[in-house]
Amino acid sequence: MHSVLYRLNTLITLAGFLLAVMCSLASFTDTFHVPSVTAHAEVLKVNRFRKQLTGNDEVSLTLNVSMNLRSTFTWNTKQVFVFVAAEYETAKNSLNQVSLWDHIIQDKGHAKLEAQITNKYPFIDQFGKSANTNMYSAKPYMWEAIFVVRRSNLFSTGILCPRQVKQLKTRW
Amino acid sequence: MGFSGKAIELARQATSLGVLVSSVLIMWKLWTLLSGSDSPVVVVLTGSMEPGFKRGDILFLHLNKSPIRSGDIVVFNVDGRDIPIVHRVVMVHEQRDTGEINFLTKGDNNPYDDRYGGIYANGQLWLQQRDVIGRIIGFLPYVGWATIIMIEKPIIKYLLIGILSLLVISSKE
Repeated sequence: MHSVLYRLNTLITLAGFLLAVMCSLASFTDTFHVPSVTAHAEVLKVNRFRKQLTGNDEVSLTLNVSMNLRSTFTWNTKQVFVFVAAEYETAKNSLNQVSLWDHIIQDKGHAKLEAQITNKYPFIDQFGKSANTNMYSAKPYMWEAIFVVRRSNLFSTGILCPRQVKQLKTRW
Repeated sequence: MGFSGKAIELARQATSLGVLVSSVLIMWKLWTLLSGSDSPVVVVLTGSMEPGFKRGDILFLHLNKSPIRSGDIVVFNVDGRDIPIVHRVVMVHEQRDTGEINFLTKGDNNPYDDRYGGIYANGQLWLQQRDVIGRIIGFLPYVGWATIIMIEKPIIKYLLIGILSLLVISSKE
């Protein structure tokens, strides 16, 4: 009555449709999830300050960070990427953001952190060559620096679904 | 069927193929327009963003004028090469007078940023907003392997196109 190809076509269409419905439901379970995150970062000390050969300023810091990201994890969360960045302005630049440290958290059990860290990446200021004035004027900003901790959520389900990549930014 | 009957049949098949190809093209162009990006779907080619994105994942992108900020995951092309690279922005400098943004990227799984790791062109220190193809809004795991196989073994691509064309033409019974 119906050919094999016809049956296969119907089957695949139905399977695709059901999969799409399940994926939407899975994504939907996450739309109302509001995480409540606590985090704190402070500069413990400035290890070193020097001028590079290129003329840019470089700083090495030790930071105290503590954070509790457990509430960001739902059944549907794949990974949380945490980073600490120094955000400041200088005479030449209206905005500078330098990522000092980052960390990937893959499950709820590892989502609570308290650590003393030195910056993973060199903290180098662009255009520092204008006779030290840039970094020194940036220094007061550093002490009261706004450390931006941002997370990127990759939601996933057990089935093959297009997954949402959500980014939330919280500043302390 | 006489000769004219055969000709009509052929014309019918050619038209349905034409309609199919045109509608696919229209949908693709619409997608490009809505996402704001020239290349709204890319395949992850390397493991440099693991464990988040693995080789073979496909990424859905969109592009808007909002400024690049630290932490964004961007897909970009380096001048002169057309392989899309998916990395995270780690450093941003926005100039006061021109509003020009220079930024640096790094793969999560790479030990060094993209300057050091040789991703940028020789002597290139920064990326600009215009290098960005898009930002990620979603991803689909494993499906990109089809594209990777077709790139690395082009004969499979030609075989597939041949088979599909045959199927479309012969399906009109």
